[in-house]
This record gives sequence, structure tokens and C-alpha cells, in this order.
Amino acid sequence: MHIMEGFLPVSHAVGWSLAAAPFVAHSAGAIRRQMRERPGSKLLMGASGGFCFVLSALKLPSVTGSCSHPTGTGLGAVLFGPPAMTLIGSIVLLFQALLLAHGGLTTLGANVFSMAIAGPWVAFAAYRLARRAGASPAVAIFLAAALGDLATYVTTSVQLALAFPDPAGGFEGAVVKFMTVFALTQVPLAVSEGLLSVLVMNALAAHNRPELQELGVFPKEGVAG
Amino acid sequence: MRWRNLLLVLLVAAFTIAPLLLPSSGRGERFRGADEQAEALITQIRPDYIPWFRPVWEPPSDEVESLLFAVQAALGAGLIGYCLGFARGRSRAQEEARRRVSG
Repeated sequence: MHIMEGFLPVSHAVGWSLAAAPFVAHSAGAIRRQMRERPGSKLLMGASGGFCFVLSALKLPSVTGSCSHPTGTGLGAVLFGPPAMTLIGSIVLLFQALLLAHGGLTTLGANVFSMAIAGPWVAFAAYRLARRAGASPAVAIFLAAALGDLATYVTTSVQLALAFPDPAGGFEGAVVKFMTVFALTQVPLAVSEGLLSVLVMNALAAHNRPELQELGVFPKEGVAG
Repeated sequence: MRWRNLLLVLLVAAFTIAPLLLPSSGRGERFRGADEQAEALITQIRPDYIPWFRPVWEPPSDEVESLLFAVQAALGAGLIGYCLGFARGRSRAQEEARRRVSG
């Protein structure tokens, strides 16, 4: 769930938009370069974008008694690196802001920052760390997608707490309050996103192995388990 | 691998269904959006805050909104299906060609 239209003070809305803009511009360049250097990876890019579209349209019930949706950005961040997912995530957010009154134009910068920048980077870092620690690709992708998803909503909570510090507890108090709304709700959904990302990766691994090897996701030789 | 994938699907289904089976905590309507809760929280922290911008367009009803969410999901699922199907067909054709050459 994104920050609603008009629910960030003007200065915060402008600030987050300025912070997100260079990432979006860089992302467009990164995708263009990717397509030029590895035209074979178009199918994987399509699947990653499609995954992001599907997952962020699914509002799932959570143990907290409310609903939220996953982000779907972790898979693409593992395959193509975090910059590629910034533009794709931004397109999803723009679609939802314009057609669904979900999120908003004034809060687009902040929402891009949480879902299309923070989430993918955390996912990418989690994947790298897990692989280096000896985890199998499946476990690493699960962790990447789940933690990237969770990081998105932690970021949203921090953004809202910065804008609306609690009168009693200050910034920290507000972070805790917003985290109980967003991050806690997100825990089971993050697990679901992790599992679904492994599922799609299994499907890709069955028939897109050469492209995945070219991207360096799977080692060139031997079977990755 | 097939069993592992089935297990993944079942786990996701379990994670999605389980919250619906939990007993209601009895406060207000259940399974509303988390963003609505955040909205309530903002009004509680800053009762004087008035959103300074309205959505440029809002779906006229919940039905139209769910239609558009379904369109979003369908577009995404269609794209994944096309990409996976294309790759599967391609690798099948390559196998076939290899078999014909060696046989």
C-alpha cells in the first residue's frame, strides 16, 4: 500500500520527488543499455515486469486483519540489478496513481523511492550476501524477494514518520506506529512474495538457462540447485 | 521439481487463506486496506492535517476499481505467460532439431 494522494506535506512531496528523479532517469538508461548489450534477455525483462504488475495488483489479507499487496520488484532486481526495476516499478506506481486512485501523483516520488529504489536495492544486496554465505539460488531468491518487499514498507513507514512525528513519541514513536500498520501487515505477504519469486525463477530456469547464465545469475557450468 | 513447485503454490495459498480463518479481534471492519489504516493514524497524530491534493481521477465504484486491478494483474500475467511460453516453445524446437541432426 502506498502513501495516499496529498498525504505528504508539500516540502516532503517535493523532496522525495527530487530524490527519486535521478534514479528513474538512470534506470531508463540502464534498461536501454541492457537491451542493447544483451538482446536475448528481453524475455526475462518482460517476465520480470509482468511479475511486478501481477504482484502489486494482488491485495492479500494478512494476520493483522488488514490487506496489503506485495511489490514484485525483488525478482527483477536479482536478474537485472536494482536500477532496471526502478523504471518498471515507477510505471506500475503511475498506473495505480492515475487509474486506481491508489498512491498518488504528489506522493509518487516517495512511493517510487520505497518500492522502486529501496526495495530492489535491499533485494539485490540480500541476494548477493546470501549467495556469498553459501545459500542455494532458491534460498537466496526467496530472501531477496521477501526482504525487498519488507524493506519497501519499512521505508514507507519511515517516510510517513518523518512527515508526521508523534506528538508524544516523536519520530521514533511514529515509526513504531506506522510500522505496525505497514511492516507488520507485510510480513506474511513478504513470505508469499519470496515463495512466488522462487516459483517463477524455477520456471525461468527450465527454459531460459542460457540467458540466466549470461546475466550471471546462474554459473556457466554445472547445475544450480 | 514439479513437486517442489506444487509445494510453493500450496504454501502461498496457505499464507493467504490462514489470516481469513483467524478469529476476529472485533474492532471495526476487517481486511480493509493498510493505507486506510495509515490515513486514520495520520489524522490521529495530526488532527489538523488536510490533504492538499485530490486524486485527479477516482474509480466511480468499488466494482470499477476491482476491474482495473484485475486488468493490471491480467496484463502482468499475460506478459509472464507469453515469455515463459515463448521460451518453452523455443527450447522444445531446439531439442527437436538436435534430435533430428543426431538421429
